[in-house]
Amino acid sequence: MRPFDYSRASSTADAAQQAAGGGTFIAGGTNLLDLMKLEVMAPDKLIDINRLDLSQIEETSDGGLRIGALVSNSDLANDTRVRRDWPVLSRALLAGASGQLRNKATTGGNLLQRTRCLYFYDRATPCNKRDPGSGCAAREGFNRILAVLGTSEHCIATHPSDMAVAMRVLDAEVETLKQDGETRRLTLDALYLLPGDHPERETVLEPGELITAVVLPAPIKDAQQTYRKVRDRASYAFALVSVAGIVGLKDGRISHADLAFGGLAPKPWRNAEVEELLIGETPSETLFDKAADILLAEAQGYGANDFKIPLARRTLVSVLNELTKEASA
Amino acid sequence: MKTELTINGTQHKLELDPRTTLLDALRHHLGLTGSKKGCDHGQCGACTVMVNGRRINSCLTLACMHDGDEITTIEGIGQPDNLSPLQQAFISQDGFQCGYCTPGQICSATAMLEEIAEGWPSHATEDINDRPSLTVDEIAERMSGNLCRCAAYPNIVEAIRKTAEESA
Amino acid sequence: MTEVFKMDAPATDRRLDDMVQGLVGAPLDRPEGPLKVTGQATYANEWQVENMAHGVMVRAPGPSGRVVLSNRDDVAAMPGVLAVIQDERLLRNPAQGKANEAPVQGPHHAAYMGQLIAVVVAETFEQARHAAQSVKVTLENAEVVAVTSDTAAVEPQESKTLDQGDLETAMREAAHTVDATYTTPSHSSTPMEPHASIATWEGEDLILRGSYQMLKYNRNELADSLGIHPDRVRMLAPYVGGGFGSKLGIAPEAVAAAIAAREVGRPVSVALHRQQVYEATMRRSDTRQRIRLAADAEGRLIGLGHDALVSNLPGETFAEPVLQASHFLYAGANRKMSMDLARVHRLCCGSVRAPGEAVGVTVFESAMDELAQQIGMDPVELRRRNIPDKDPESGKPFSSRRFEDALDSGAKIFGWADRPGVKERREGEWLIGYGMASAARVNVLMESQARVTLTPQGTARVETDMTDIGTGTYAILGQIAGDMLGLPRDAVEVVLGDTSLPPAAGSGGSWGASSSGTSVYLACQAIRQQLAERLEVSENDLTLKDGRATFDNQTRGLADILQNDEIVKLGHVEAGETSEAVRQATFGAYFAEVAVHAATGETRVRRMHGTFAAGRILNAKTARSQCLGGMTFGIGMALTEELAFDPRDGHVANHNLAEYHIPVNADVPQLTVELLEERDDWANPMQAKGIGELGICGAGAAILNAIYNATGVRVRDYPATLDKVIAGM
Repeated sequence: MRPFDYSRASSTADAAQQAAGGGTFIAGGTNLLDLMKLEVMAPDKLIDINRLDLSQIEETSDGGLRIGALVSNSDLANDTRVRRDWPVLSRALLAGASGQLRNKATTGGNLLQRTRCLYFYDRATPCNKRDPGSGCAAREGFNRILAVLGTSEHCIATHPSDMAVAMRVLDAEVETLKQDGETRRLTLDALYLLPGDHPERETVLEPGELITAVVLPAPIKDAQQTYRKVRDRASYAFALVSVAGIVGLKDGRISHADLAFGGLAPKPWRNAEVEELLIGETPSETLFDKAADILLAEAQGYGANDFKIPLARRTLVSVLNELTKEASA
Repeated sequence: MKTELTINGTQHKLELDPRTTLLDALRHHLGLTGSKKGCDHGQCGACTVMVNGRRINSCLTLACMHDGDEITTIEGIGQPDNLSPLQQAFISQDGFQCGYCTPGQICSATAMLEEIAEGWPSHATEDINDRPSLTVDEIAERMSGNLCRCAAYPNIVEAIRKTAEESA
Repeated sequence: MTEVFKMDAPATDRRLDDMVQGLVGAPLDRPEGPLKVTGQATYANEWQVENMAHGVMVRAPGPSGRVVLSNRDDVAAMPGVLAVIQDERLLRNPAQGKANEAPVQGPHHAAYMGQLIAVVVAETFEQARHAAQSVKVTLENAEVVAVTSDTAAVEPQESKTLDQGDLETAMREAAHTVDATYTTPSHSSTPMEPHASIATWEGEDLILRGSYQMLKYNRNELADSLGIHPDRVRMLAPYVGGGFGSKLGIAPEAVAAAIAAREVGRPVSVALHRQQVYEATMRRSDTRQRIRLAADAEGRLIGLGHDALVSNLPGETFAEPVLQASHFLYAGANRKMSMDLARVHRLCCGSVRAPGEAVGVTVFESAMDELAQQIGMDPVELRRRNIPDKDPESGKPFSSRRFEDALDSGAKIFGWADRPGVKERREGEWLIGYGMASAARVNVLMESQARVTLTPQGTARVETDMTDIGTGTYAILGQIAGDMLGLPRDAVEVVLGDTSLPPAAGSGGSWGASSSGTSVYLACQAIRQQLAERLEVSENDLTLKDGRATFDNQTRGLADILQNDEIVKLGHVEAGETSEAVRQATFGAYFAEVAVHAATGETRVRRMHGTFAAGRILNAKTARSQCLGGMTFGIGMALTEELAFDPRDGHVANHNLAEYHIPVNADVPQLTVELLEERDDWANPMQAKGIGELGICGAGAAILNAIYNATGVRVRDYPATLDKVIAGM
């Protein structure tokens, strides 16, 4: 870990001001310190935002929730409103990490987790995300856990978050505060960038821009929600593939279909065409297979992760079976 | 960097390199080596302590971030001649072999039982709107952030289950 | 001068059965438990040593080339840095178990990526870590070297070749045959405590506080590495946070700490980072194993073949002894075995829990399941039919073997009769299957010494440099001494892990308990003899219990008998003719129920049972725990564990606990264990055999066989991760 200046922010305005000269916010720190110990990340200045008043979960006027950026993963998963009305979010959080990590990790920090790519973590190997222009060791290396969708020739990293997949399926938006005091709201789709030619840029956030909250829209009525995480261990492992699904049925036909995917891509993945295909149709294996065809039309494996393509198909079909059965029950 | 920590009820004033993790502050600066370093990256749980009542991985947080916080380590849970019920149950059930993960397991389990008492759901909870029950699956899932290579898992689960039952 | 007891004849007197204190075998708690559960037990990097500096090691960034530290002076000038050391004596890799001498040394040439080629010492850990990370290492004149067995030079191991009868003809003529090739990946021991050492010099004398399994060898290995006399070295390891083979031989951090402490003139601690444990300690060799089975119409083996390919670094003689149990587990007149060793530039291969059988029996037992399936025979019955009368190669008798009982009893406890047909049972989206496998592991007695002191206060002290790596040594040595001397458990103090004490066998190869236990037994026997002489009775007529001696219808307290004397005796055992006269092994059987997700191929072990026979059980509680641990290693081997190597430079890609998946609590059901009553007179005077590794020797096969039963998918490439399962579904 390289030496750094440490300071504590007393307010969001203070945080923004402190970040003006360049600095990295630290909240839970469960990923940042992990990477700093390996000097994969090496900020000169660490601004501790843990004492800011961003730990509330408030109901919004339109029936949604505003979740402070510092709400811990545990508190969010345990919130009775979330458990009742946005269960996919609780489920995704509870499927992630461990009890200890969920107590420390925050809502804002979770969204900004870095990839688990083993080459990103290893400074002795080339990585375009860590060291732009050095190359990608993962493409022809051990890439079992890496992406099959949304990759570029420069990077095949996956986004590791479970929570972000649920947030994506729920159409959550992040609220941010920029250094100049301006605030903005971003959908998760807009927040995250695909690697393209610049895998080192993962979000559209500007230097010093602070996530202050994540806003959930009103709960979706008359639909079943689930989060299915497929992984190598029964617990405490990152997703190989995950599916967050919200599906409703009306008169035997699919009336609502929101689907987001983890473990497949550099960002929580969503494909509107998949959802459009399903709406208005009668549930069937054939239909679900077609949905998977669309989802995976562009999928490309890199050897050790080839299995993710059939696994994603099988998981999606299984989740759609489960949700449509529950919805018709 | 001046940092004040209350550890097991005792206040400590420390002057630390800001890079010092809470775990290294305990082990290198306070002689509290009960909290173990198994991976230093939040991947094993051996360093589990409670901060303001909640279990966390002390390796993945800086000591200076906890200025003013109340920290409970294994040394604060019980002593050899004054064991907590959970510590006694770990001995009776042989919930350890080499013992290296054990303080983390016990800190984790102590906090975990509180979490269940407060009604927190887990990945193993059938209906997350219900109060969780203390099944083997629930305990095993909630303790999965604490690795044990000797693999005392069945005995750890049993020690926790029995302790919880006896205190209920 | 104490007499050395050589195990030359069976110990049919079964003296422990005559003892009345009631300790040996009882499920007693570990006496060190209160220290462990309160965080008071002192592991290697926890000694409070004055004025200690911190060392962090530096890795080679590739598998070949001359190592150059190009910014050495800059690093040496960084804040707090005391030294940047690239001493010739640094180890290339750890010593093999029982090496008793230095392993290959020299940090100037890289042999594998991750090799530890320097140590940076600083005032604080934070300074040392950053400075070590700042070292720029370049590899000059690097060559292209083989990093996988497929491209490596292969050395046939002639001494491992067996050709008995005519297997080829047997295969042609058999009613049923299996000819299948399996692979197992490299495994890591992954003890929870990373390797760590604190070195302190007092003049010319070195005290090394470390985390090691076999101290008497480790002291010699360390001394030889440093070029000093072993008398100058004292090693301390009273508590060891797991070993599983990875701490058998002296490792790079100990030598680095000793050199660094000398150079900076103060104590130095060097703790390996978890990544370094994965990259630069030991791995279990990957294996490719071809199994051939030829059976008659009734399922009797008429021939079997086992050909293995293993790997190791150039210069290392260790070759994973995959064939070890195949020589004696099953009958079959025509037998062919061979072993090849590929030279690869990956981290060193050495012993990982149950070297040989862990992967050898596991693969063989998978192939046996294929044969049972082909014949249409109950897999338990297939095994039962092929239990040989005597060792099928040497013709020697078995010392003791409750193999058939284990199969039968295990099947009954598990409910094997209720097993479903292939792909027959389904619960929702989960496919349910049962599987079983046999367990077998060779039994060994090793030289070991212990000193026992009996005091007039009615207490005893057991002293030996034996280690307790979680195995229960503190518990069982106290139980043995307590029983032999007639003392309550609490009256016996056990002191371990210090090379200034009599040298023991060390913890490895499942021989620790029986070997060190025998040395304690012998010392106690000598004390009994002396007591008997003082009382002028035959030792056989002496009953000791609760600090009192009963003989000739009278009872006297120890204080009375000893007056003010202590009795101090050394016990010293060596293996003798019983090691050669008979085939000694432990046996058992595993039964598992799995659920495999029909869509995702995820496997969950729902139930698992093991029945084991390992001679006299010294402590039913700690022995059971050893079996739980072994079976859980089996779950890992079956489902998740694999060191993943980069195909280009051979480095361990998944060098952390988040990606090298040892089982977590949720992966392991409430395993059940049955320990059969057994006495093995040939093993040692206690009739006990090793139990520390038996639990892993075949366990994984029970799970893969259950996956087959559930899904019809036969995974021959361990572990059965979901990608391999769905590929067959």
